[in-house]
Amino acid sequence: MAGVEGALAAGARYADARVMIRRSESMSAQNGHIEGLDQREQAGVGVRALIGSSWGFFATAELTAAAARAAGTVAAETAKASALVPGPPLELAPVEAVQAHWESVCVEDPLSVPLSEKGDLLVTVTAVGRHAGAQLAQAHYEVWDTEKWFASSEGARISQRIRECGTGMSVTAIGDGETQRRSYPGIRGQVGTRGWELIREIDLVGNAARIGEEAVALLSAPVCPEVTTDLILGSEQMALQIHESVGHATELDRILGWEAAFAGTSWLDLAQMGSLRFGSELMNITADATIPGALGSFGYDDEGTPARSVDIVKDGIWVGVLSGRDSAALAGIPCGGMVRADGHDRIPMVRMTNIGLLPGPHSLEQMIAETADGVMMDTNRSWSIDDRRLNFQFGCEIGWEIKDGRRGRMLRNPTYTGISPQFWGSMDMVGGPSELVAWGTPNCGKGQPMQVGHTGHPAVPCRFRGVRVGVRG
Amino acid sequence: MSTELTELDAIGTKVVEMVGGRADAVVTVTSRRQGLTRFANSFIHQNVGDEHVSVDLRVTAGGRSAGASTTGVDDAALRRLVGSALDAAAVQPVDDDWPGLAPPSPLLVDGALDFDPATAAAGPGARADVVDNFVAAGGGAETAGFCETAATDAVLVNSAGQRVASSATSAAIDGIVRSRRADGVGSTYSSRLADLDGAACGAAAASTALTVGEPVDLAPGRYEVVLSPRCVAYMLDFFTIYGFNARAVQEGRSFASVGEVQLDSLLSLWDDATDPRHVGLGFDAEGTPKRRLDLVESGKVVGLAHDRRTAAKDGVASTGHAVPGGAAIGAVATNLFLAGGRATPVEDMVRSVRRGLLVKDFWYTRVLDPRTLVVTGLTRNGVFLIEDGAVGPPVANLRFTQSPVAAFGPGQVLGVGDDAVLAPGGLHTAWHHAPSLHLAAWNFTGGASG
Repeated sequence: MAGVEGALAAGARYADARVMIRRSESMSAQNGHIEGLDQREQAGVGVRALIGSSWGFFATAELTAAAARAAGTVAAETAKASALVPGPPLELAPVEAVQAHWESVCVEDPLSVPLSEKGDLLVTVTAVGRHAGAQLAQAHYEVWDTEKWFASSEGARISQRIRECGTGMSVTAIGDGETQRRSYPGIRGQVGTRGWELIREIDLVGNAARIGEEAVALLSAPVCPEVTTDLILGSEQMALQIHESVGHATELDRILGWEAAFAGTSWLDLAQMGSLRFGSELMNITADATIPGALGSFGYDDEGTPARSVDIVKDGIWVGVLSGRDSAALAGIPCGGMVRADGHDRIPMVRMTNIGLLPGPHSLEQMIAETADGVMMDTNRSWSIDDRRLNFQFGCEIGWEIKDGRRGRMLRNPTYTGISPQFWGSMDMVGGPSELVAWGTPNCGKGQPMQVGHTGHPAVPCRFRGVRVGVRG
Repeated sequence: MSTELTELDAIGTKVVEMVGGRADAVVTVTSRRQGLTRFANSFIHQNVGDEHVSVDLRVTAGGRSAGASTTGVDDAALRRLVGSALDAAAVQPVDDDWPGLAPPSPLLVDGALDFDPATAAAGPGARADVVDNFVAAGGGAETAGFCETAATDAVLVNSAGQRVASSATSAAIDGIVRSRRADGVGSTYSSRLADLDGAACGAAAASTALTVGEPVDLAPGRYEVVLSPRCVAYMLDFFTIYGFNARAVQEGRSFASVGEVQLDSLLSLWDDATDPRHVGLGFDAEGTPKRRLDLVESGKVVGLAHDRRTAAKDGVASTGHAVPGGAAIGAVATNLFLAGGRATPVEDMVRSVRRGLLVKDFWYTRVLDPRTLVVTGLTRNGVFLIEDGAVGPPVANLRFTQSPVAAFGPGQVLGVGDDAVLAPGGLHTAWHHAPSLHLAAWNFTGGASG
């Protein structure tokens, strides 16, 4: 409370403070050798002060009452400086001030698993992954154990402990003039708000040889043709598609122009929310921070708003946004509770929670069987999208020709490009509940200074009609 | 040594003493104070600051290595740090390729070469003044951007006797002026806040955004281009991370081949953190002093960036380009200069273009294949049609899919600008000193709006 008191004493009309202590651990291995093992501990307090319509934020790593109070004072002074270039009146959407504690479910504490066991796993899979003839096999795991305490001048007192971990591996085959990579389970592995039990469920050992063989085979596979055709995407690539073209596009701070100079804006206009067709009637997207184990889950966001599920796209119509207290108040909508910071030293900002596509009535097997001529792709390799989140071009690690309802030969360097509402509007088949995977994205960059966010993306395989594939330089 | 550095040195020395004879140790103690003021819709909407000290320790005992870091600096936190690193190292496999610690070696330049006390002391009021001037220069049009100041003091101590200290400040104003027809960008990157002229940057951005006609759509295809320094610096990040990184070369993932002519003869590329035009500390993450490294001379690849591990593998000395987390990344040159040939005014380059594009900025560019360095991204903040040597109407943003290695390749560079400035790289890893370039072709593969 010292930080809040310091800000109020210096003139703030609202203030909040977050103490965060985060312990993290990461290990990486290549070709049977451990390459890096790092353990990090970061602690401090960040204070946010609102004076008039202007925010100020200041953080210190010194965890004493005096340092927190001083940080609150500086935060308020910073808000006063902001008033030199003031904005319109700013209010905060109402949120009940609660006293609460929340913890993510963790069966096996990831920081208690012996380092030797962890190292053995990475050494083994990178040795196996290379056996197929590929030159580079890499694997990693990451663990985060975050405790945070939130207090606000409105009376909120919330503590949380969130444990996250994940793992993944990739194998790279180097050919004459290009490289081919295969990853498992995805380009970023798989990450969730779970304990080490998640890593045990991800069968790196059982998949290492397969992806090694696929990487080598890709070197001699035919190049994905440059055509307009039907496209089937696996759930891992769908997670990226959702993240980039729906998640970021529906962030209210982008829509309001607050990220215009850096991350960009959005093609969406608030006046059209509730009526704009974003995609086909099979498109149903939610932002659900309550999914157990998914990477974008929490009990309360970093403004003290309880986790909730919000409809973003319903039956293809754009109906919701990702918001925090100030942006929601400006837009005249209820607060979405989607504001988070990646450390005590960063100001909370609108962040994706678990932005996912609800399952549909089809299956991947059915999609292939009902495609006469098309391409299937999976596992993201590259991503690029314009500053309005409209035009995208994504590359995948692997593709397959689909002919007469059968999966045919492997294709290398598959890419596809499109315009968001046209692309989503062409989605005519959506995989079912048994194919749903809550993918985790642990590297979402946004804001200045840059913050790295952890987001979740439940996704299923889908089919799109008439997509331009095979774009090359 | 400043008071700040003396205090950091004492922490580093204490940690090395705590490790004692149990392991080889390298400790980096960094103090960073940062302030950043963001504006959008022509008002300040975020204004943040933070200060912290971090202690990074890497130990190696019997060839077994591990690292640990903390933001705590009291004795209990430092003891936990040492214990954690030693315990972790003990269960690691032996690293047969561990290159050892950097030997004692003094910095080649004053460790405070890039330190400006006024910038270090700047508060939110000073940054707000710069922003206010930028917004005012927008003439009532919508503006957005940021002004940042930062000060870093760092000390590295290792158990082989290396002890180096350096301080640096940085300052930047980078913003856009927006109109219905086009956005314009203006920016300055420096080690000194006093170098930032918000009004001039705002006016530069406004001159792009507010004086142009209606945008036109252009069919995809290969176009002759004049790229701004921002575009060129943006691409240099890809060259340095994926190309001239010795680890990428050793693993066969890079296009770079020392001794071969791979870029146009007009181009020379080098890295030099000791040049006062650049901003940075005087030593790398392993404690090797920074020095000039030539990478390309008149199109011929002549050098690679090495850390101690890649250097040992190639039987050469480290070039001082180790970065934090280098075990997975390799060595990265973060203070690049690109120059060469006769420096040509941009107006002259434009005059020589029969039909092409003037591109002011790139955005969201990612690598499709690291070996060929084919990347895809988009234009941003102004792209203009050039016809018969004159700048014409703005063009709606375009997507490109292009290898900069090929675009900067032999015979492809038609001119090098006289307007080199510091500008940020496209992967946000560094600022680079780059001029405009006139290129024979750039492959645009689609329009951004459909």
